[in-house]
Amino acid sequence: MSTTEQDEAAEAPRDQVRQDGEPEVRQIYDPVADTPTRYRRDPAEAHPPLDYAPYKSTQLRHPKQPLIYLPHTVTEITGPQLSGAVRLADTDNDLTAQHQGAPIGERIIVSGHVYDTEGKPLRNTLVEIWQANAAGRYAHKWDRWAAPLDPNFKGAGRCETDSDGRYEFTTIRPGPYPWGNHYNAWRPAHIHFSVLGRAFTQRLVTQMYFPGDPFFPYDPIFNSVRDEQARARMISTFNIHETRPNWAQAFNWDIYLRGPAATPFEEAF
Amino acid sequence: MIFEVTPSQTVGPYFAIGMPYEGGNLIVPEGTAGAIRITGTIYDGRGEIVPDHLIEFWQPDGEGRFADLRGYGEQSALPGFRGFGRYGVEDGDGTYSMLTVKPGRVAGPGDGPPQAPHIDVTLFARGMLNRVVTRIYFADEADANATDPVLATVPAERRNTLLAQPAEGGYRFDIRLQGAGETVFFDI
Repeated sequence: MSTTEQDEAAEAPRDQVRQDGEPEVRQIYDPVADTPTRYRRDPAEAHPPLDYAPYKSTQLRHPKQPLIYLPHTVTEITGPQLSGAVRLADTDNDLTAQHQGAPIGERIIVSGHVYDTEGKPLRNTLVEIWQANAAGRYAHKWDRWAAPLDPNFKGAGRCETDSDGRYEFTTIRPGPYPWGNHYNAWRPAHIHFSVLGRAFTQRLVTQMYFPGDPFFPYDPIFNSVRDEQARARMISTFNIHETRPNWAQAFNWDIYLRGPAATPFEEAF
Repeated sequence: MIFEVTPSQTVGPYFAIGMPYEGGNLIVPEGTAGAIRITGTIYDGRGEIVPDHLIEFWQPDGEGRFADLRGYGEQSALPGFRGFGRYGVEDGDGTYSMLTVKPGRVAGPGDGPPQAPHIDVTLFARGMLNRVVTRIYFADEADANATDPVLATVPAERRNTLLAQPAEGGYRFDIRLQGAGETVFFDI
């Protein structure tokens, strides 16, 4: 351990270590220890490239000049907490209860945790979702797919993670839908997710998929993530134990945002 | 154990179902003394507007203090200051608008000089598989810009793409995703 690391260890409160060596997760939020000073840089293959020919709309919407390295300064390691700005209503995380009647489709519970790459939960962070209805149609005026709209389904939800970093939504399993990218193109069924994290560096918008979707091999958006294991991280798992008898199926999906850089020296500027 | 991050995917064309919220582009409440409006248009590689974009700002207040800052410096005392703005009107003319205050200076990396006033910007859109990140600096802060440690790493001939230009009621900051005058984007 270097002198600097010892100094840091003395200064910053750390998680207690249990007998079995696993760190005990603090129950009380600690603003210093829980706010890293530098974040890990994502590996090159972690995210899809901005220039990806099979997804045609990227053609005119990707920068051609190289990205310029941005050090993680105070602007990047801080971030918005929308608790005050976005007022959460009781039905915000139940997309089946936002209208007079029940929406048509398979009722599902989608839940999981938001962690950083060290496995620490992100508490009280905003998770927002939006999706198509059971027939694969979005309640959006630009969506012209010839599938029925559901007057009882808008398809938007949001919640804050709890003290364990857990989120939960009740919704309808979205349908796949065709789109104009190429001949006979269909999107696998998915739910859009937006996560704020606690730092500007952690901001993530992504999509959650369902296990075993037959459209996976043909979808350029899913396959824009070039690494197979990385693609697998976008697929939820069916969980029979969380399924509610006579009520709803259950799917689990954990989201990982970048965590602290390993050492203060990792990022020389 | 180190886990791997969840990959990014495009925000798609229909984010307006879930992402905009009322007052999302009010980084400060209306009527705040010294409030400015920053507006701009997003263009693609053919010079056509990008109407289906979602843009977010993150910045400190005029004193260089952040909202909801956890563990760093003093928290902003500006009433109603969110530090965060989101604008995502998909059927518009490709132009966003945020009401805010001009940010103050904050510490730079390491022991270097403080940073010039700047705003961190995230842009999402259909056709973008990941966000792009840029920064807004201010054309009328020439002295501070001259010593900014981040601007110093940007090729001199491209720095002007990061400068918001004074305009009526505030500033204008256009973003060009590709081609002539392409905005500088950062690897974060």
